[in-house]
Formats: sequence, structure tokens, C-alpha cells
Amino acid sequence: MTLTVALSCAAVLLAVAVVAASIGRKAAANSVIYGLCAAVALISLFAALKHLLGAAPVESLVLPFGIPWLGSHFRIDALSAFFLAVVDLGAVTASVFAIGYGRHEDAPSRVLPFYPAFLAAMMFVVMADDAFSFLFSWEFMSLTSWALVMSHHRMRENVYAGYVYLVMASFGTLALLLAFGLLAGPEGLYTFAQIRAAPPTAGLAALVLVLVLIGAGSKAGLVPLHAWLPLAHPAAPSHVSALMSGVMTKVAVYGFVRIALDLAGEPAWWWSIVVLALGGITTVMGVLYALMQHDLKRLLAYHTVENIGIIFIGIGLALAFKAHGMVFAAALALTAGLLHVFNHSVFKSLLFFGSGAVLAATGERDMEHLGGLIHRMPRTAFVFLVGCVAISALPPLNGFVSEWLTFQAILLSPQLPSWGLKLLVPAVGALLALSAALAAACFVKAFGITFLGRPRTSAAGHATETDQFSLAAMYFLAALCLVAGVLPGPFIDALAPLADEIVGGRMPMQMGQQWLSIVPIAASRSSYDGLLVFLFMVISGTLAAFAIHRLASDRLRRAPAWDCGYPDASPATQYTASSFAQPIRRVFGTVVFRAREHVDMPPPGDMRPARIVVDLRDLIWDALYMPIAAAIHAAADRLNHLQFLTIRQFLSLVFAALVILLLVLAIWP
Amino acid sequence: MILDFAVQGGQMLLVLLLAPLLTGFVRKVKARFLRRQGPPLIQPYLDLARLMRKEVVLAESASWLFRVIPYLIFAATWVAASLVPTFRTGLLFSWSADLIVIIALLGNARFFQALAGLDVGTSFGGIGSSREVMIASLAEPAMIMMVFTLALISGSTQLSTIAEFMSSPAVGLRVSLALALFALIMVAIAENGRIPVDNPATHLELTMVHEAMVLEYSGRHLALIELTASLKLILYLSLIACLFSPWGLQQGGGGAEDIAISVVAYVGKLGVGGFLLALFEMSIAKMRVFRVPEFLGVALMLALLAVLLRFVSGSL
Repeated sequence: MTLTVALSCAAVLLAVAVVAASIGRKAAANSVIYGLCAAVALISLFAALKHLLGAAPVESLVLPFGIPWLGSHFRIDALSAFFLAVVDLGAVTASVFAIGYGRHEDAPSRVLPFYPAFLAAMMFVVMADDAFSFLFSWEFMSLTSWALVMSHHRMRENVYAGYVYLVMASFGTLALLLAFGLLAGPEGLYTFAQIRAAPPTAGLAALVLVLVLIGAGSKAGLVPLHAWLPLAHPAAPSHVSALMSGVMTKVAVYGFVRIALDLAGEPAWWWSIVVLALGGITTVMGVLYALMQHDLKRLLAYHTVENIGIIFIGIGLALAFKAHGMVFAAALALTAGLLHVFNHSVFKSLLFFGSGAVLAATGERDMEHLGGLIHRMPRTAFVFLVGCVAISALPPLNGFVSEWLTFQAILLSPQLPSWGLKLLVPAVGALLALSAALAAACFVKAFGITFLGRPRTSAAGHATETDQFSLAAMYFLAALCLVAGVLPGPFIDALAPLADEIVGGRMPMQMGQQWLSIVPIAASRSSYDGLLVFLFMVISGTLAAFAIHRLASDRLRRAPAWDCGYPDASPATQYTASSFAQPIRRVFGTVVFRAREHVDMPPPGDMRPARIVVDLRDLIWDALYMPIAAAIHAAADRLNHLQFLTIRQFLSLVFAALVILLLVLAIWP
Repeated sequence: MILDFAVQGGQMLLVLLLAPLLTGFVRKVKARFLRRQGPPLIQPYLDLARLMRKEVVLAESASWLFRVIPYLIFAATWVAASLVPTFRTGLLFSWSADLIVIIALLGNARFFQALAGLDVGTSFGGIGSSREVMIASLAEPAMIMMVFTLALISGSTQLSTIAEFMSSPAVGLRVSLALALFALIMVAIAENGRIPVDNPATHLELTMVHEAMVLEYSGRHLALIELTASLKLILYLSLIACLFSPWGLQQGGGGAEDIAISVVAYVGKLGVGGFLLALFEMSIAKMRVFRVPEFLGVALMLALLAVLLRFVSGSL
């Protein structure tokens, strides 16, 4: 039932895409298309939630599409249902947001047809049950999102972003294609059920893991395969950025979990070392990159990289515990990782919506040109602040819960027998703590420079509050951040069937705990009650306000800022995004980015102003991508000569190729 | 139940009432070291009362957030402080938040305080905020690693359970505990803005951090922020006391005289802690702001080493 409903919804979305292609230029198209998308995604969301919460049995279906002897297999189990719910939640809120935001689009016909198709593709990926449908939907998802990235194709950097994205996406799909080839084996067992029945040997499974890390990891944004993400995500319209960052990266996480923890058989103990190390590096690198940005949307995109690292730390711990047969610890780690999948999809969508609202109101993405928006856009500022607190992993909001659970899982790891893990896990824990602190610093900067202070340009000074639809979507997500933060119990319980399915165990039921607190292992070890902490904070804050206003003074006078007696009228004297990050750049950036500052002093007589110039090098680009690009260019230059041969030389080349191929076939055992 | 409730409420009030006294005591001791008379012990109370009575002068570019933040950071810090056992473990609500949550609550307060520094749009506020988050970005991981060490030794992140374990004979002498203690003290110095990291008595100096952030505050808002700073100091001292010198800490049960003894022990510990802090501050010079990362880097490495020792061997 669930599967039929969800598949029909996806099919309807495809039909909506076709309709949008024909009516996209009409004025009413915007509200109609996005409204339809929201409604359809809402139906699918209810179906997925019903499946997940009702602990419904696994459903599967074969449709007569695709390869003739294979058909298209679809299946929904708890894992698929959870990720389907994440996709649908993102789709509903993004569509509602876009009803208002889409009006600012100057070429809606470049966005409207691809948007529903993109949603449908993501839904198909999480329901696919054979290699062909999975790869086909995956590639469809990549291409539709590429088309959306290219919707503002007249901007040079977007064209570049689209190109890098296309190359990386094709590369990732190639890796997944090879992974499925290895999993299917020489008999060509392409359905997931057949793959599960005949798991690969240890050597092949290791190769599959590496290929999946490349394929799914590049889509999710694991360092060093993240290079396309901060270019492509900000280039798309903001509601699509939210979907790409908040939801599409989660579909990639789904791909990883499905293949590495489900299809590839029993994990070897060293898999977790690779995943944990990558996750740890990704978190810290992601947040350090983010701190160096002054483009609001690019900052958010780099933060997605950070959060993907946190998710992969959870999954890596689950792999480690599973390989050593520690079922409950594995369930805890997996739940922490997947709860962060949900949490991140909520607050990242919220933050991208907020940045979209700012972009629509001011036309600016660069924080150095913003400031003071809390006066002009108070509601957007409020919900953006909620998102900032949530993503900084501060109580009592939801980001803290998943990070806290990850810490609890790390604290169980001394029981792991292998030495490599004993040494790696504490280091990963330190990296996680470091990234949490740096994330808070980064969002002080993001909110403080964008919304607080005085306006730095007239565009920021004349911004107006965004529309009702956008606000509704953002308020809903902000409320969800609070609810999932103060009442995490039901959300954790909803993940229990997943953990059962994947690692064969579950965390204790949380709803039975006293006072709605959460207890990962036992009350004597650790417990957390978001509701009480929230209530205590509200009560003590109100008490203090009440006592002071009643018993002491409540008088107030407005005056010019004090600023140690030197108030300067110019808003240019405020701290900027770059100057705010300067101490951290000096502490971490000199090593990680080879950050150097020098003064660009014009010669005497030159009227240019002197400037401080900061040089940042992206060492991953320099060390990994540039050599590859150089090698490809060199090879292309060499091969270019082949275009200018005579017909005789061409024919002899073809002949030689034929002879070599026949020789290979003759020698092949 | 009623007794537990009274104890919990009593602890909340006790830290709130003692916090300005501790600040006054540290100031007094520092002044005596300098051969000055120094302000009376109750001067912080008088300052708070004076600030509360005065009107607030609010900058024209300040937003609503600027006015809410003093209450927010006070609430977060007070909740965190009331969850640290002072004279008695087994607090009524101690299960609602473990040590990681307490650290995160302090992180909450710092997040909003740094935002307040940016709100008015002056360069002084920005300098304070950006330095504060730089210091925090190293202090917080060191603190979490310290918690990891304690949690791995005692098998719990609950502060009450850890404190009970630390006062039991099972704890013994361990290298990792000594490293964790050093890390905690270094973090406490940095987080409270004491010399050598920051100078709480300074104004109009480019090296200041905390005072630069709160420069635009006045009246009752400033009073709350000063109270919060005192609360934070007493919180860290209570934390060090209940973790590393849990003698006299009462573990549930017991009558009125037991409670009286443990309160006296607690006040005594605060006195010793405050005296040592003043002594340390008097005997060291403030360092340049970009030496602070090295200072805190040492704390982080010590704490990480402590955790690694615990992972490698159960007895270290």
C-alpha cells in the first residue's frame, strides 16, 4: 500500500514536470506547480510516516519497465521509509517556500519543469530494489539537479559550477556502476534480493566499499570529493539549494548505508577505520572551509560537508560495533547518525530558505554587503537564528541531541578489541568536539554579520520582510527544530525498526522513560531531558526578567552607541565576515589553507587605496584536482594529433586495434 | 522528595548568592597581594544593586536580541550552575542533564554573548566576539575531552555519579586524572577570562576580550551580565571541587548537621580555590592574544592524551 502510494506520487510528480514544461511561462504556473508538488509530496510523506511508525511489513513490487528480463523492482522497508520521509519533508517545505520565493525567479521556465522531476528522482532512488533502477534514478537525480544548478546560466561561476558538478557526478555514478557490477557477480544477479542472498567475498566486498565511498561519498560531499558541492549548491535557486544540501546529500547517505551495511554482507573491522577517518577529516575541514567564506550560501554549503562528516562518524561507529558483534552499541551509533540525517535536513533547509529570503530581499549573497537585517526582516531573522542555534549543536534544539548521542556512542568504544580503533576513535571524538565549537563560531559569524550590526549597503538598509508562504515554511521547520530537540524520544523510537533491520538490535524504548527523558544505555550512565532543560531555562530567564523589572528599574533611554567614546558614523568600521574569522584563520588557517596576509601598498603617487590581501590556498584542489586536470589536458594534447592523420594511417590504426583485441581474446583464459 | 526539592532549590540559591561574594573575595585577595586595602568584600553586591537601579542606555542601532540576551545567558548559566553538585550529590534534577549538557549550556551562553557583541555594530564589540569564539573553539574540545576521561573512568557522564565515584576508594591515583585536572584548570582560566588569558579588570585596552563584548551594556543588563560572569566562576570552581576534591561532599541522606558540615566544607573549598586563583593571577603576566591558542592547545593535548591513556589501558 505504502509503496503503491509513494510510487504513484512520484509518477504524478513526473507528470507535473511534463505539464510544467508546457505551461511554465504563464504567470500562474509558479503557484500551481509548486502547490501541486507540495500536495503530492505531503501525501507521500504521510504514507512513509505511516509505514515507519506503524512498523509495517516490507513491501515490494515489480514493474514491467527497464531491462526486459529484469523489470523494475521497488521495495520499501524501514530504511527506505525513513529516507523517503526525509525526502518528502524537504520536498513539502521547499515547495511551500517556493510558492512565494519562486515569484522572484526571472526565468521560471528553466526551473519549473526540472523541479518536480528532481523530487521524483530522489523518491525513486530510495525505493529502488535492483541495480538498474537504482542507477537510473540516481543518474536522473544528478541530471535534473544539474539542470537546476544551470538555471541561472548567464552567470559565469554558475557555468563553471555546473561543469564541475557534471564531471564529479558522472565519475561518482561510474564508481557506483562498477560497485554494482562487482556485487552482481558473473551471473548478473542485479536485484537487491539476489545480491543479499549471495554476498561478495571479503576481497570483493572491500573493493565495493571503496567504490561506494567514492560514488556515494562524492555525492554526499566527503572530503576530498566535496569539491563540486560548495560550487553547485549555492548556484541553484535557494529552494533547490535547500533540497540539494538538505535532502540530496541524504539520498547519497542512503546509498552508502544500503550498499555498505545491507548489500555488501558482513563488514570487516577495518572498514570502520576508513569511514571514521574520512568522517573525522570531513567534519573539521568542512567547518574550517565554511569559516573562511563570506558568501552566505557557500558558507551553508560547506557546513553541509561538515554535517555529512558527523553522519559518517555515526555510521562508521555503527560499522565498527557491528563488525565486533556489539549490537546495542551499533544500534546507538546508527541511530545517532540517522537522527542527524533528519536533523540536518530540517535545519539546513531552514537556513537555505533564510538565505533565499535575504537574497530575494536584498539581491545579495555576500555577507560583507549585508548587516542590520534584524531590523528590516525581524521574522526571517528569528527563524534563521533558530536554525543557527540548532546547527551549532546547542541545547535545547535538535542538533544537540544527535551530537550528544554520537558522543555517547564514542564513549562505548573502549570495549572494542582492535587497537587501530582504540587509537582512532578518541581522535575522532576530539575532531567532533572541535568541529562543534568551530560550527558555533561560524554561525555567530553568519548570523551576526548578516542580521546584526548596521546595514553595510543601501540594499541591506532597504530590505523588506519576505512573503507569507516563505515564512510559513520557515516557521514550520523552526518549530520542528524545537520539537525534535525537546522531545527527541519519539524520533529515536521511530528509528528503532531501522536499527533492527540493519544491525539486528535496537536502543531501549525512549517513550517509557520518566519525564520524557532519553536514556541511550542506562539511566546510571547518561540521560538527557531536553524538555526539562528548556523549561528550566525559560523559567529562570522569565523569573530574572520579572524580578528585575518589578523590583529594580525598567527605565530605558536610546542614545548613540558608546564604543569607548569613539562612535564612528560609518558602518564600514564594523567587523566584517573576514575580520571576524581572522583569529581562527590565524590559528588554523596558516596550516590548513597556507593563509598569508600581506599589505598591498600602492607606490607613491598612485591614488589606489592600500589594502590587506589574504591569500588562501585550497590544498585539496592543488594536490588532488589540479594534477588530475593537468594530466587530462596533457593527454588530450597528445591525442589531439590523432585528429590530423591521413586516411591510410586511420585505417592502419583501426586494423591494429582489431588485431590487439583479437589477441587479447585469444589469450584470455 | 520534599527534602530533595529543598536541597535542589537551596543549591540554586546558594550559588546565586555566593557568586558575587566569591568575585569580591578574589578581588580582595588580589588587592592585599598588591599591598592595597582593596574594596570591601560585599562591593560586588553593592555594584549589582547600583546597576539594577540605574536606567538602561541603549544604543540606537541595538535590536530586540540585544535586550533579550542578558536574560538568556543568565538563564543558561544559572541552569548549568544549579546542576553542579555543591554540597550534596544526587540532586533532584541531575539526571535531566549530564556533564556534556552542562558544557553545551555554557556554550549556549557564549554563543549569545558573542552575538550581543556584534549587535550594535561597533568595532570593539566585533573584536571581543571574534576573539571569544577563537578561544572557545579550543577550550570547548579540551573540556569535552576532559569529560571523556572522567566518563571512561567512572562509566558515566552523569555528574552526580562521577562525583560519587571520585569520592569512593575505587578511583585511586591515575595519570589520566592528573592530566584531566590540568586541562580543566587551564580551560577554567580561559573561560572565565582570567589572567593570563584575559584581564577582568581592564578597560580600553586592545587585548581585552570579554569586556569588549559587553561594552555597550548598561544598567540592569550589565548587572545581569556581571552576575552571570560571577556565576560562571563559581560554577567552574564548584566543578573542580566536586570532581577533584569531593571530600565533605554529602551523598544523599543525612540530617541537618551533616548538611551544615558539607556546606561549610563547600564554602571552605571555594575560599581555597579563590585564594589560589588570586595567587596565580598575581604571579603571572597576561599573554598576547595569539599566545592563547598555544596555551589552550596544551590543554587540548593534555586532555586528549588522558583519553588515549584510558583507551589504551584501564588502570592508567
